[in-house]
Amino acid sequence: MQPIPAIPDILKLKRGTGSSHRFQDNLTIALFLLPALILFLIFVIYPIFQSVYYSLFDWKGFGPAVDFVGLDNFINILTDKVFLIALRNGVFIIAFSLVFQLPLSLALAVLVGRDLPGRVFFRTIFFMPYVLSEVMAAIMWLFLYNADPERGLLNALLVLFPGGKAIPWLSDTNIVLPAVFLAITWKYFGFHMLLYLAGLQNIPIEIEEAGRVDGANSFQNFFYITLPLLGSTIRTSVYLSVLGSLQQFILVWIMTKGGPVNASETLATYMYRFGFVRFQLGYGSAVAIYMFLICLTFSLVYRRLTRQPDYLTGL
Amino acid sequence: MTLPYSRPRWNTKKFVSRFIQYSVLSLIVVIVFVPLVMLIFGALKTRGEFMTRPYVVPIPPRWENIISILSHASFWLMLRNSLVVMVAATAGVLLVCSLAAFVFARMEFRSKPIFINLFTVGLMFPINVAILPVYFVLRQMDMIDKLWGVILVQIAFQLSGNIMILRGFFTAIPAELQDAAYMDGCTVFDFFWRILLPLARPALSAVAALTMIVSWNDLLVPLVVINNEKLWTLPLGTMQFQGQYGQDLAMISAFVALSAVPTIIFYLFAERQIVSGLTAGAVKG
Repeated sequence: MQPIPAIPDILKLKRGTGSSHRFQDNLTIALFLLPALILFLIFVIYPIFQSVYYSLFDWKGFGPAVDFVGLDNFINILTDKVFLIALRNGVFIIAFSLVFQLPLSLALAVLVGRDLPGRVFFRTIFFMPYVLSEVMAAIMWLFLYNADPERGLLNALLVLFPGGKAIPWLSDTNIVLPAVFLAITWKYFGFHMLLYLAGLQNIPIEIEEAGRVDGANSFQNFFYITLPLLGSTIRTSVYLSVLGSLQQFILVWIMTKGGPVNASETLATYMYRFGFVRFQLGYGSAVAIYMFLICLTFSLVYRRLTRQPDYLTGL
Repeated sequence: MTLPYSRPRWNTKKFVSRFIQYSVLSLIVVIVFVPLVMLIFGALKTRGEFMTRPYVVPIPPRWENIISILSHASFWLMLRNSLVVMVAATAGVLLVCSLAAFVFARMEFRSKPIFINLFTVGLMFPINVAILPVYFVLRQMDMIDKLWGVILVQIAFQLSGNIMILRGFFTAIPAELQDAAYMDGCTVFDFFWRILLPLARPALSAVAALTMIVSWNDLLVPLVVINNEKLWTLPLGTMQFQGQYGQDLAMISAFVALSAVPTIIFYLFAERQIVSGLTAGAVKG
C-alpha cells in the first residue's frame, strides 16, 4: 500500500523555516527563559557553589573567609557522633514512613475508593493537615504530648487506664523520635492518600470488574490488579516521602529542637544549629553539601532502579 | 421498588463491608480532628480554665484571648506581611513559570535538554537543604530583613516543580492550534498570551493555589531572612509568640487557632485547585 504523504504544504508553513523567523524564535526563547533562569541561577545554583567554597574554611560569618582548612570540615562532620545520630534518625524516619505511613495512606485511599458515598468529605478532612502550616501542627502536637496528664491529652488518656502511667513523650530519648514521627504522619498521610486516590482514579474500572468476573476476590483483585497498576504512583510517593523525610525541619525544631540530647536530631536541624545558632558557617556549609549529595545520589540511583519516577520525567 | 436495576443490591455482605469502611474512616477523621479540637477548646478558655479543666468543652466560650490578640496591631501587621509575600510570590511564580514552561512545552531548540536538566536539579535541592547557602547570597545582596528577600527565594525554589506542572498542561494543548494561530499571523507571544494562557486557566489556578499555600505556610525562609519584628509573617509570629508566652497555653491556642482560620477558609474554597495541582505534579508529570 502506498504510504499516505504527510501533508507537506502545511509542514512548510510551520515557523522556524525562514531565517528571520528563526531569529525571532530564538529571541523569544531567550526572553521567556531569562526570568526563570536568572532567579534559578542566583538563588539555587550559585548558592551550591558558594557553599562549596565556604565549606573549605573555618568561618564565623564575619568578614571574608580566610581560615582555610581544606577538607577538615567534611572529615570532622563524619566523625561527629551527633551527625551520625542525625543520619540514623533520617534513615529511621524514612523506614517508618515506608513501613507505616505509606501503607496507611494507600489503605485509606482504597477504603475511600471511587464510589463511596461521602468520598469527598473524607478526602477533604484527611488532606486538611497537609494544608495547615508546620508551625501550627508542631504546636498542636506539643500540647498533646505534654508530659503532665493535667495538660497533655495523650497522657490524660493513658492514665485513665488501670495501671497506665504518663509517658514523657518528648523528653525520653527512646520515645521522642517515634513521637515526632507520629506528628509527621498526621501532617503528611493525607498528601500520599491524595496521590493514591488519583492513581486509583486512573485505573479503568473495567479492568477490576473483569477480574471480579473472572472470579478474583477483593484481596486477589487488590494484590494482582490494583497494586501493580498503581506502580508509578507508588514510586512517586516513595520518592517524595524519602526526600521529605531526609529534610524534616520545622516540626522537629519547634517540638524538640533536636533534643533531648540530640535524640531527635535530623540533618536539617543539625545544619541549622551549626549555621544559625553557633554561626559556624563553614562547617554548616559542609553539612549542606553532604545533604545535597545525599539527596542527589538518592534521586539518581532511584531514577535508575525504578524506570524513572514520573515526578522527574515531567521536566 | 419500581426500578430494580438502577439500585445497588443491599445484601448483608455489602452492608458489612460498608460498615467496616465507614468505621475505619470515621476513626481516622477523629484522629485528624483531635489536635484541632483541642486547639479550639484551648482558644476559647481563659488561662485559669485551661489550667483547671483543659479537656472539657468551653461552655460558655471565653473570647478574651481572641479579642486581645485581634486588638493588637502586631497580629494585623503579620497578616499584612504574609499577604504581601503570598501575593507577590504567587504572581511571580505564575508569570516566570508559565513563560519558561511555554518554551519547554512548545518550542524546539538544541540546548533544550540542558536547560531542562538544569531545572531538574532544583527538585533535588529543596529549600530545607539550601537554606544556609541561600542565606549567604541574601546577605551579599543586602536582602536580609526585607520582604523582597523572602519573596524572591520563595519564587526561586518553587520554579522547578511548577514549571514541570505547567509544562505538562501546555504540552497537552493541541499543536494544530499553534499552527493555525501562526498561519493567521500570530506572533509567538500572541499565541502564548491570547490563546495558550486562557486555555490553561485551570492549570494556572492550580499552580496559584498551590503556591499560595506553600508561601503562606513557609516558616523557614522568613525565620532566616527576617529579624525586624515589624516584618514578621504569620508563621514566624506564631513561632515567636509560642516562645514568648511559654506557659500561657490558652493564649497560644488562641493565636494558633486564629492564624489557622484564613488557611482553612482558603482550603475549603480552593480544595479542587490544590488537589488537581498536586496530583498533576506528582502523578501525571
